[in-house]
Order: sequence, then C-alpha cells, then structure tokens
Amino acid sequence: MRENEHHEHKANQHDHHDPAEDLSLPERPLDLAEVRANLQSKSGKQYWRTLEELSEDPNFTEMLHREFPRQAPSEWDESVDRRDFLKLMAASLAFAGLSGCGRTPEQHIVPYVKQPDGLVLGKPQYYATAMPFGADAIGLLVESHEGRPTKIEGNPDHPSSLGATNVFAQASILNLYDPDRAQTATQYGEIRTWSQFLDAAQSLAAAFKATQGEGFRILTGTITSPTLAAQIQSLLTVYPLAKWHQWEPAVSDGAREGAKLAFGNYVNTVYRPENAEVILSLDSDFLGSGPGHIRYAREFSHRRKLDQFAEDRRIGDEMNRLYVVEPTPSVTGASADHRLPLRASEIQLFARALASKLGLGGSPALPPNAEKFLNAVAKNLQRFPRNSLVIAGEHQPAEVHALVHAINAALGNVGTTLYYTGPVEAHPVNHIESLRQLCADIEANKVDTLLILGVNPVYTAPHDFDFASKIGFNEKTKSKKVRTTIHVSSHFDETSELCDWHVAESHYLETWGDARCFDGTVSVVQPLIAPLYHTHSHREVLAAFSDQPGVTDYDALRDRLKAANPSADFEKFWRKTLHDGVVAGSPFAPINVSPKFDPASLPAVKVGSPNEIEFIFRPDPCVYDGRFANNGWLQELPKPVTKLTWDNAALVSPKTAEQLDLAHNVAWRGGEHGKIYSNVVDISLSNSKVTAAAWILPGQADGVVVLPLGYGRKRAGYTGTNKGFNAYVVRTSDALWAATASSNAVKRTGEDYPLACTQYHFNMEGRQILATGTLEEYRKNPNFANKHAEAPPPELSLYKGEKEYPYEKMQNRWAMAIDLNSCNGCNACVIACQSENNIAVVGKDQVMRGREMHWIRIDRYYKAESPTNDPSTYNESLDNPETFFQPVPCQQCENAPCEQVCPVGATVHSAEGLNDMTYNRCVGTRYCSNNCPYKVRRFNFLRFQDWETPQFKLLRNPEVTVRSRGVMEKCTYCVQRISNARIEAEKLNQPIADGAIVTACEQACPTQAIVFGNANDKNSRVAKLREQQRNYSILAELNARPRTTYLAAVRNPNPELEKT
Amino acid sequence: MMRHRSHIYGVMGEFSTPEELIHAVEKVREAGYRRVNAYSPFPVEGLSEALGLKRNMVPLITLLGGLSGGVGGFALQYWCAAITYPMNIAGRPLNSWPAFIPVTFELTILGAALSAVFGMLALNKLPQPHHPVFNVPRFTHASSDRFFVCIEARDPKFHLAEAARLLEQVHAHHVTEVSDD
Amino acid sequence: MSAGQPPLDSPEIRRLTPVLGPGYTYGSVTDKISAIVLTRPTSLGWFIGFAIAFSLTGMLTIAIGWLIIKGVGIWGINIPIGWGFAIVNFVWWIGIGHAGTLISAILFLLNQKWRTSINRFAEAMTLFAVACAGIFPLIHTGRPWMAFYMAPYPSTMGLWPQFRSPLIWDVFAVSTYGTVSLMFWFVGLIPDLATLRDRSIQKPAKIIYGMLSMGWRGSARHWHRYQSAYLLLAGLATPLVLSVHTVVSFDFAIAIVPGWHTTIFPPYFVAGAIYSGFAMVLTIAIPLRKVYGLEDFITMRHLDNMAKVMLATGLIVAYGYFFEFFMSLYSGDKFDMFLVQQRLHGPYAPFYYALILCNILTPQLLWFYKMRHNVAVLFIMAIVVNIGMWLERFVIVVISLTRDFVPSAWGRYSPTFWDWATFIGTMGMFVMLIFLFVRVLPAISIAEMRELVAETAEEKE
Repeated sequence: MRENEHHEHKANQHDHHDPAEDLSLPERPLDLAEVRANLQSKSGKQYWRTLEELSEDPNFTEMLHREFPRQAPSEWDESVDRRDFLKLMAASLAFAGLSGCGRTPEQHIVPYVKQPDGLVLGKPQYYATAMPFGADAIGLLVESHEGRPTKIEGNPDHPSSLGATNVFAQASILNLYDPDRAQTATQYGEIRTWSQFLDAAQSLAAAFKATQGEGFRILTGTITSPTLAAQIQSLLTVYPLAKWHQWEPAVSDGAREGAKLAFGNYVNTVYRPENAEVILSLDSDFLGSGPGHIRYAREFSHRRKLDQFAEDRRIGDEMNRLYVVEPTPSVTGASADHRLPLRASEIQLFARALASKLGLGGSPALPPNAEKFLNAVAKNLQRFPRNSLVIAGEHQPAEVHALVHAINAALGNVGTTLYYTGPVEAHPVNHIESLRQLCADIEANKVDTLLILGVNPVYTAPHDFDFASKIGFNEKTKSKKVRTTIHVSSHFDETSELCDWHVAESHYLETWGDARCFDGTVSVVQPLIAPLYHTHSHREVLAAFSDQPGVTDYDALRDRLKAANPSADFEKFWRKTLHDGVVAGSPFAPINVSPKFDPASLPAVKVGSPNEIEFIFRPDPCVYDGRFANNGWLQELPKPVTKLTWDNAALVSPKTAEQLDLAHNVAWRGGEHGKIYSNVVDISLSNSKVTAAAWILPGQADGVVVLPLGYGRKRAGYTGTNKGFNAYVVRTSDALWAATASSNAVKRTGEDYPLACTQYHFNMEGRQILATGTLEEYRKNPNFANKHAEAPPPELSLYKGEKEYPYEKMQNRWAMAIDLNSCNGCNACVIACQSENNIAVVGKDQVMRGREMHWIRIDRYYKAESPTNDPSTYNESLDNPETFFQPVPCQQCENAPCEQVCPVGATVHSAEGLNDMTYNRCVGTRYCSNNCPYKVRRFNFLRFQDWETPQFKLLRNPEVTVRSRGVMEKCTYCVQRISNARIEAEKLNQPIADGAIVTACEQACPTQAIVFGNANDKNSRVAKLREQQRNYSILAELNARPRTTYLAAVRNPNPELEKT
Repeated sequence: MMRHRSHIYGVMGEFSTPEELIHAVEKVREAGYRRVNAYSPFPVEGLSEALGLKRNMVPLITLLGGLSGGVGGFALQYWCAAITYPMNIAGRPLNSWPAFIPVTFELTILGAALSAVFGMLALNKLPQPHHPVFNVPRFTHASSDRFFVCIEARDPKFHLAEAARLLEQVHAHHVTEVSDD
Repeated sequence: MSAGQPPLDSPEIRRLTPVLGPGYTYGSVTDKISAIVLTRPTSLGWFIGFAIAFSLTGMLTIAIGWLIIKGVGIWGINIPIGWGFAIVNFVWWIGIGHAGTLISAILFLLNQKWRTSINRFAEAMTLFAVACAGIFPLIHTGRPWMAFYMAPYPSTMGLWPQFRSPLIWDVFAVSTYGTVSLMFWFVGLIPDLATLRDRSIQKPAKIIYGMLSMGWRGSARHWHRYQSAYLLLAGLATPLVLSVHTVVSFDFAIAIVPGWHTTIFPPYFVAGAIYSGFAMVLTIAIPLRKVYGLEDFITMRHLDNMAKVMLATGLIVAYGYFFEFFMSLYSGDKFDMFLVQQRLHGPYAPFYYALILCNILTPQLLWFYKMRHNVAVLFIMAIVVNIGMWLERFVIVVISLTRDFVPSAWGRYSPTFWDWATFIGTMGMFVMLIFLFVRVLPAISIAEMRELVAETAEEKE
C-alpha cells in the first residue's frame, strides 16, 4: 500500500524557509511591501496556512484591526496593485472569521495547481514513521488524505510494532489536532516570533561562550534519539560547564540501577517470550506497558493460539504458562494462569526466596501464604532450564531487578528467552538523582539558565522538591532563583506558566527525527504534515543555542545518517530507510555480561506490618504520566481492568475496603453501566494530603492503595484540566513507587463522588457469553465451549423460506473471529476504531448516563462466586478472581433482531452478510438497540460531534460519514475498507485476497486476537478459525446466527496449584 | 293562504308523539300518497316500515370499501417488500406474509369505516345547508320534541287542500304549507 | 339530586335503580343537556380549571420545543434503556383511549341501554387520549422531522416502510383507530348539532353548529341510512378496538427482550386497556355529573356497572400477571426466570409491588355493593387504577430493558425533569380538551336520550 516514490516529494516539502521569519520585525512598523512580499512568497498548498501564520503575528493582526493598513496613502502612491490589496482584504476577512466567537474560520481552499506526482485525489497514502515514547519508539504507518494524516497504524517491518500499536500510538493523532496546543512562542505570555526567540537564544549563547556555559542546564525526559542526543552532546562540548539533567516521572530507575548492581554498568534487557515455556512476572506488566510490550504481547500470544489442525503439537495443544505476582491487577495479571497478589514490598521477599530456592543463597523468608505458590513456580521454572523466563517489574527496586538477572542466569535463560544489549537511552542516568542534583544546584544559585525540553516538572516532580518554587517568582524576596527559564512543550502547561519563555513544540508527525526502540533499532521519524502552527522541535531549540541555529531537522538527520552509514549510494539508502521506517542493521547486538553479585549480600528488606497501608504509584493506563491528559479519546477510554473513564481513583482491595469501611453506591441514572458513587477519602502521606475517590478493585493485594498518576492537571487544556486527583502531590523522592503509612492515613470524608464506569457488573450470571476452560478440559473435549449453547434447528422457523439468502453461494461471506485466548484487554482496538470511524467523544456526564459511543467495547468478567455483583460487599471469591476480557463489536447477525424491528429499513442486510446501517434513513426510534441482545448499537442522543472546531475537520476519516444527532450507529466491519479492497480487486478482476481487508481493530491488535475475512474462502484465516472447535457464538440459543464468533479462552493452570 | 301555489314544496303536519306520527304516516299512505316523508328528533321504531322504505345501500358500500382496503393493504406491502425494493431484512423471506397481516387488517377496517360514513352522507345528499322544510317556523322543534309529516307537492295525487285536510283528520297539531324557495 | 330519587342503599331498590331519572320528556332532556352548552353561564370554576390545564399544555409545548432543539438526550433514556417515559405514556394513553369506543361500540351492539348517557363523553375522552398518545411515538424519535419516512409514499430514493416492524403496524393501527373513533363520534354528534343549531340564539353559534350539522333535518330516510351506518361503524370499531392494543402489545411481544417476548401480551394488554379506560371514564364522569347536576342521566346504575367492568377486567389483568410469572418459571428459560427474580428482588422491585397493590389488591374492594355505590371510593379507586396501569407499563417497558442478555451492558433508568414535564403536559392537554368539549358540545347524546325517554315511557305502560 505504500508508495516510496513520494518520499522525495515529502522531503522537498520541508526545506522551505520558515514563513515566520519574513514577519520578524520586532520594533519597526509593519509596512505593506513586506507583507506583500511575504504573501507572494507563498504559493498553492501553503497559502491557507499562511493566513493562520500571519494571524499569529501581532504586528500584522494589529495592522488589520485598522480599517486600512497603516500609511495607506503612501501605499497608494507606490501604486500597490489591486490583486495584493484584495489579498490583504481577503486575509483580514479570514481573520474576522478566525477571531470570531469560535466559529469555523473561512478557509481558502486552493486546488493543486501542480499536482504532486503520484498523488491521486481521494486515495490515501501511507508513510512510515515512528512515535518516540520513553525508552522506546513504536514504528508506525500513517494514513494520509490529501496531505493530512488521519489514521495511525502499526508498521509490520518495525521490531517494536510488527504491525500493531497501542492506545497511545493510536490516540497520538488526536494530539496533533488538539485545538489547545500551544501555537507560537511566548515570552512572559506575550506572543513572540521564532526569530525573536532565536535572537534571545543567541545572545544567551554568546554569554555562555564567555563562561563556558556555567549555569546552563538542560532538563529533558528519556532520550533515545541519536540525532537529538548528538545535538545535546555538541552543546555540552561547546559549553563544558553546562549540565544535562533527565527526569521521566513514570519510568523507574529500578531497571537501570538493577543492571548496574548486577553487571556493574547500565545494560538493556530484551525478552523473547516466544521461546519461554514458563514465564514468571514479578510485578511486570510486560504485555501492557513498558518498552517492547507490543512485541512481547505478540510473542506471548503465539504460544497460546491452540490451532487444532496444526501439525506442530507445540502450537496444536500446548501452551506456555504465565505466573504473575503483582500488587494490583494489570492486563498481564489478567492473562496469567496463576496470579498471586502481593504487596509491592513483599515482592522483593518473594524474589529473594525464589533465588535461594534456586540455590543462589540469600534469605528464604517468605510473605505469608506464598509458600505453595513459590514452590510450584520454582519447580516449574527448573523443569524448563533455558526455556523459562523471569521478568522484573518496571516499578520494582534495583534489588529485584538484580535478583532476576541472577535467577535468569542461573536458569540458563540468557540467550534463549532474553538477551542483553547496550543501553537504548542515549545517556542513561539515575533520573531522580539527576533531578535532585538540579534542584540542589538551583537552591545553591548555581543555575543561571534552565532549558526544559518536553517534560513538565512543576506537575510531575516529587513534592518534596517543590519544583515550582525553584523556577517560580518568589513574591517575598521579589526574585527568581533561575534568571532565564525556557520551556518547550506541546501545551502551555503548569511549567510553562512559571517559565519566562515558552516555545511551542512540534508533534512528532510534524518533524523530522529519529529514535531507538527497545532493542536498539533506529527508526526514522518522518513528518506527514508541515507544522500546523509556529511550533519547533527539541533539536531546533537546542540548535538555537549553537553556532548554526539555522540547520533544519531534515538536514541534521540526513547528515547524521550519512555519517553513521557511509554507504556508496546514500540517496538509495535514505529512500529505503524512509520507506521501511527503520535503519537497516541498526539493532544492538547482544552483549555478553554475567551477573557478578551475591543475593546474600543484599541488606534485609523492611516490609511494612500487615496493619500498615502501602501506597503505590503507577502511571495511568490511559493518560500515562499526564502527558495525554488533554486527549479526549484516552480520557473516555475505559481503563482495562477498572473500566473507569475520565477519572483516576485510589484503588483498594475489597477486604481493605471493608476494613476502611469504603463502599460504592450505584446511581439511578446510568446505573451499573454509567454512574457509580464512590466514597471520597483524604490520603495524608509524607506530610502532604490529597483527596481522592476510592475504587474497590477485586484482585488487588490487601493493604495496598494504588494512586494512578497523570490526573488532577491544573493546566492541561479544555479536556484534561481538573479531572481526577493529582497523585504527584503525595509522592516524594525517597518513595517514588511505594510508600507505607499507618492505616489512619486514609480517612473517609463522608462525601461521595460520581465515577463514570462503563461496566460495573462483573458476573456472567451463568450465561453462554465468555466461554473459558483449562488446557486439560480442552484436550479432553475441544468442543467444550459449545456444550451449553444449542442453536435451534432451522426447521423451527415460522418461514419455510429460510434458504432465501444463500450466503454460502456468495463469493464473499464476511466474518470475524476473536480469540479470547489472545486478547489481553489492552484497548488498542477501541481507539483504533474510534479513529477510523470518526466516533465522537461524549464527555463524563454522558458516559455516566450510559451513552458512550465506542463501536467496540471490551467487557471484563471475573470468575467470582460473589452472590452480590458489588465488590463493595466483601466476598473472599473477590480476593483474587480469574479475569477475562472479551471485545464486543457488532455481531453482524444473519437473523439480525435489529433489522426486523426497524420501521424504515435503515438497517438491512447486505448480500455478503453485513448488517448495514443507513444513517440518512434512520429516524432514531432506538427499537433496534432495544432488540439487540448484544447491545452493541450506539445512539446519538445529543449532537455529540464537534462540527465547529476546524482542527477536528482535518482529523476525520473522509471515507466515513460523520453522524449527527438522532441517528443510531454501530460497527460495520469497517465497510469502507471492504469497499476499497473490492474496488482494487475488481480493477484487477480478481477475488478479494485474504488479508486484503484489515479492519481497524484487527490492524491495531498486538496479539492478532481479531481476524476478519471471507468465511466462504476455505483457506482464509477466518475460515480456519471458524473450524476450530473452540469457536462459538455468544448466546447461540437466541438463533441470531452472529457472523462474529469467539474462540474460547483456555488457561493452563499448574495442577499443583489447582484450587481444591 | 293559497298564494303562489306553483312554488309549493308540500304540506306539513306536526305531531307530539312517535305513535301519532306513525299512525299519521300510515293513514296518509292508505290515502294513496307516495311522496311522503317524516321528520323526527330521533329514529322512531317502525317509521321506516310505515313509510315503506326499502333496504339501503350503505352495507354494500361498506363491504366493498372493506374489501378494497384489505386487498390494497396487502398488495401495497407485498409490492414494497418483494417487488419494487426487495431487501434482506433479518434473513426473513421477502414475502413475510404473517408480518403483513396486522396492517392488512387495519386497512380493511379503515376502508370499510370510511366508505360507511361517506357512503351514508352521500346517499343522504348531505351536507345540504338549505332545504324547503326549514321554511316552516316550527320545524326547529323537529330536532327536539316534535314530529312532522310532509306530503310533497311532487306527488301526482297532490292537492293542497285535500292534503291539508287529510293531515287535520289524523290530528296534526298544526298544518302548514311548505313553500319552495 | 332530583326529587323522588329513592335511597340508594336498599338492596330491593338496587334492581330498580334506573338509567334515567323519572319524569323526563323529550323537551326536558333536550333543554337540560343543551342548556349546559347554550344558555347556562360559564362558571368561574370552569375558567380556573381551564387556565390550569392550559398552562400545563403550555409546559408541554415548551418541553417538546426544547426536545426538538436539543435532542432526545434531554430525557433519561440511554443504552440499554432505549425507551423510557415516552413509550410508557404512549401505551398508557392508548389504553385509556379504549373505553370510549368500547362503550359506544360493544355496548351498543350488546344493546346496553345504560351506555347511552356516557358514550358521548367517553368517545370524546377516547379521541383526546389518542391525541395525547399520538404525540409520543412522534417525538420520541431521534429525528422527529424525518418521521414521515414511516409513511408509504413514493420517495425519490424509492424506499418504503419496513412492514415487518411492529412500529409500522402501530402507525397504521393508531391512525386507523384515531380516524374511525373520530368518525364514530362525529356521526353520533350530527343530530345533536342540529338540535344546537335550532336552539342556539346567537347568530355565530347558529352558523357554526349549522355548518357542522351539515343540514341534518331528521328525515326518516336519513335516519334509515344513518342507523345502518352507525350500526356498521359499531361493528367495525369493535374488532378495531381489540386489534389496536393487540398491535401495541406486539411492539413488545415481537421483540426478543426477556419480559417483552410473551404470547400472553395481546389479551392482557387489551384487558388492561379496558381496565384503565373505564377507570378514566369514572375519573371524568364522577366530577362531571356532580358539577353539571347530571345525576339523573349518569345514575348510580352507570357507576355501578362501570365498577363491575373494572372488577372483571382487573381480574383478567391479574390472571395475565400470574401467567406471565408462571410461564417464565415453567418455560425454564433462564433469561425469563432471571427477569422474574429481578421484578421481585431487583432494584425496581418496589414498582412491581406497587403495581400489584394498585391493580390487583385494591380493586377487590369492588366486590362490595357499598363500595361500588360510594362515589368517593369509586373516584379514588379509579385514580389508583390509573396509577397502577401506568406502573404496569413502566415495569414492562423499562425494567425489562435494564437487564436483558449481556450483563456487561446492564444499566438503569431514571426520568429527568423533561420526562415529567412532557408526561404532565399531556395530562394538561387532555384535561383542557375535556373542558372545551363539555363547554361547546353536548356531553350526553340528546338524540339517544330522547329514545331512552320514549322507551322508558313504553315500559311504564
């Protein structure tokens, strides 16, 4: 689908000189000649953008506010020609729109005068790029319509993606079009042009030259981009006394320090779950988060596919086995065959005991009731030397990581199920120490200029650092500790407020760059659109302090690649790299290290007494560390396990809730599917206090309170401000991930807070909805999933005309099969669907009324015998329930109950078996939704779509109708993609090949749990899956004959641990 | 009293009870008058027989209306669902006749009812704002408590004086001539 | 109370309790009934009552206006509860609308004399109730301005309604019912309009009534056809009235939702309709006869009979509840059984118990003669039954939807201010129309009363 010949075009598109520079006229009154020159310099495609760019310029807007441009007479004298004058007037009219009460600006639509070669209007193009994220980069293919990116997909050639994505990558397209983005540079809140900033930076640079950069500090997050790192290094060589600090709030130093402890230096670990028969995760969410998790999920699921007809028994009827020990349920824990909830601090005990059990010495002391589990795990691991894998959690301390390195080495796993490489980070440091150093230096007045790139320390730094006071203006002393502070970020946030300068940061889809992913592979970050506003990349800002501020990202990247790859034909190499999205041969080679460290040498662990409460901090599964707080898709995305939206909550186990006397209360409006009132608690921790809503979460370790980070933003934008509570407020530098306090640290305030929960009811009520079994059961009877569900025979039909629609004889019979054994509930499909199908965000209030619009939802069920379906009434079956996920799109029933009751025939069946929805015909009786047994239909109760905001018009997929108020909508198996594939196939006069149609959800799925295709093609993947005996349909007894079928979930429990 | 006899509609006699009315009608018809009509504030039992009225057409019209409504109703549905725009709805056959029964039934009733009412009005030549009998001042009582017999001038046997005399013989309270303009 | 009315509580009198007070002539009935419209001065009470009803109707228009502006989202509905108050009220009003046609048609065919004095306003009530009911299916759609899609007209897209949908059956059933009831009512009115034409003094009234009466002059030939037409209409209205609520019950019975998908619905919806209909007739008749002193026309005999009909239909409804319950358990269908359990113990259980109390337990009082002859008790009873029948529809429509097949999608429903405003608004509109009706049209069929006078006269002889 990708046309590499366009990369030239893309490339050229980007070395135009920055328009803003034409307007950089600090003091001089703007005169018309320059504007004219500037307007003329613009041509074709960019013209409409130019209007906005101009509108940013204070002088120009100021001029337009006059009825006629300043010195109009003189202008007349030099006989301005009519065209230009009209251009100006047109511009001013356009601004009248721009500035007018949030209405759509009148945009000038300019057709291609000279059509870019290869671009066919209406035909999307795909470009390879990558999304840098922490110590990883996710390889992407981005769909572009007439030069605007609309949909993000995974890059199959990229090691960290393999064609799949995660929620952050999928939702990042919305960040690009976020109307709240910072759009220009500012100084003290005043709009400044880029060149004004350049002048300021250069004058600072001149001063540093003298002082060797003393007092010049750079604060960044984790950086894996070689080009950017090179830029920083070059600055540090020019200014030897300058310092580079790093602070990544949601990534622990444990892994880094653990490696140092074990091997003596920083080492990066790459896992190969594919080769592991037994996996033990010590609080690691390797399937759901952290570097490489998308690939790990894929590899892990390979060993759980259970293909009945495979010759290879290893895939046929054998599975790997996953043990998870964790304090709070993660998607990894939900996929586990055995799960043991332990406090975060007890996990180290467990690791030590395991080490000693494997004969590595150290204390065998165990947390209570972990004995049996430990023995079973140890035996199981030892049974598979070289094919077992132990993974330590990101948020576990260095000791645990060191122990795990030792254990893996002892089990001989290094080389098969994991290998070590050099660090992926350009400059690995201990972040918290680095930040502590910076704060100390600021206190000691050693810092003169602070350049903050991307991160938001005022919001994320531990509260004992009190970062705001470090850079803020002190009212008492009437002074600032740091003379100049410069903040570069996509939004004008909490930190920007306190900084002198703020430079708007470009989105990764707007800039050239590169980044390393979890295994060291270098991916090229390729822009799909010229910056929408006056935004700039980190590297450009850094370059502003260097000798050549003018160098573009494009050139910098090419130069670095040229240097790194002195190949004969660089252009060829360059084009291949852009096409593939990865630099060939860049992955790190495994290095040979052996742990030189003795578990016995570790100091004793201090474990909080059982009556103490342990508070642990975790990045939120939807807004991460807060950087996605203004992303409506992610805010409205139900969190994988809790199914909460728009809020974070202090998570507690049912038993702890009982002790603390916390409860839920289902509201009447929305009810189980919407609004849940939860008790509000005051949490006093490390002499700070935060007020949070408590949420009772089955499967969490007792005595643990989880405080998800990333919420309670004070300045995030329209969507993200003041949602949830800010856990950073009670987070200190010495207890970044876990802190213990006495149980009276949590106090009920007596108030209740409404939380928007899309699924409160966790019990299946004994219905044939999510079929599960054990590997033993499966081997005995592969058909176990269908033993309850008996579809009535066709003869029972009132009509003898049953066979009137011979789907089997059609060329195509569309069907979808979802493997519940692979799905880990990661939600990627939900956002992918939202992005592909222009699905509206409805907001917390509407979600609480049960009106969210997601076309595919992921149901979460517990195997719990709790008589009440309310976690707030304690029942021991809720202590550690088995958890299952089930994605539910439209089931595309052949006997669709919805179709029969529609009075106007707005939903009818296509010959190929799709349950089509005709929005224009729908009058909105909602009868179809009432009659849908799966409740997959979604109704526009109000006008949910935002029709005004111009940015969102760019965002939308032009091939999918944007629904308005009063019509029903639902999943269509991405019918627009089916049609595209059909057109292509008919052009070639061939049948549609299997895999030519990939639905959005299928495309995004890291574990390939969703497979779509033609059930009439015996060789299609979907047909093969439908032949599996695990294959069943939900509520088959209703005789709706769904086209979407499921493959039963099979768990592989250890007989020794089987509950009796 | 006997002015412009050419413009006479008939002679009208007034009675105070249904019994008197029926008796009078019978007598008038025995006297050989055929163009006779009676007016009463409510349907009087036996009056039709006394006047010798035949069975009326309303039931037949109603039957036809009902049949056309029903047939048309089913035809409409069949045509829509199976002929002009056939669509696969919930896997049901195009001619899901059991599902078409309710509408067919309703349209049968509608057709029948409409034709009954409008048939009746048409046969009665209503609406008809003016009619000679309204010229009789006391005729307003025809809608409350009085009963009238009218021997019409169209009757071949009609002779004003004799008709009036006949009505007086059957104890009409008032006898008036009904002018025809 | 007219003179000579015997004391009502003596059993031997009971049989003799007449359908018409003694001593009436053709003239006097005409005078007494037409006087209400023509001569009698409009009372202050009428104006006050009308003002209240009118302002409530205003609230209805505001509620609908806001609905059109914002969308059905202003109501409490959601996914899974796609239908809320709108459909509950629709079914309730349609049910009420059944008594009128039933009284005038079926009792007419059964030649029940006592119907005479109540059929006129019962039919009027039917029309107004159907008018109120008709509002809801229209405005409950997401795009009311597109509702014409439901009509079979040759559209440019060549699309037609989907005749397998019970909602389309509804469209035809309700509109047919409205039309036929209107004609039935108007045909019955024609002779009385003529009476008003002849008796009204003011010119405008004369002209209006004259036009409406279409020149009716009571000709024997006209009466001849008139009677057969009326008889036929009655004969047609009878199956119609039974079919309408059957079709309404199909809206639920045809769907697969547990609690809706039941074969017993048609009969017990019809019984329920008659039940609530008679309750509403009583609710109107009792104040009406008091205010306008019509105790001689609407006698205790009428109230007594209506109470008996209520009791009978009430028992049929009770039977319906019982069998719905029984079949769920007997069928062994896990969804139905779960629903029963929900009704008894679920979050909405109080509504179910209230329903049982209103519709089954309270009406048992009607077994007693004293209760049936105590006007106050009857009035309260009628109100209670009206509430009960509304609850029944709420239980069926809403509770069934809250917890159907897939537990993950289960939700709850609670009405918003606008739900209530619309519901109460329609009540206001209903009362307003009743007020207008009694003011401008004879609330009792004069012509038929005259017949009654004639017959009672014969009986005397």
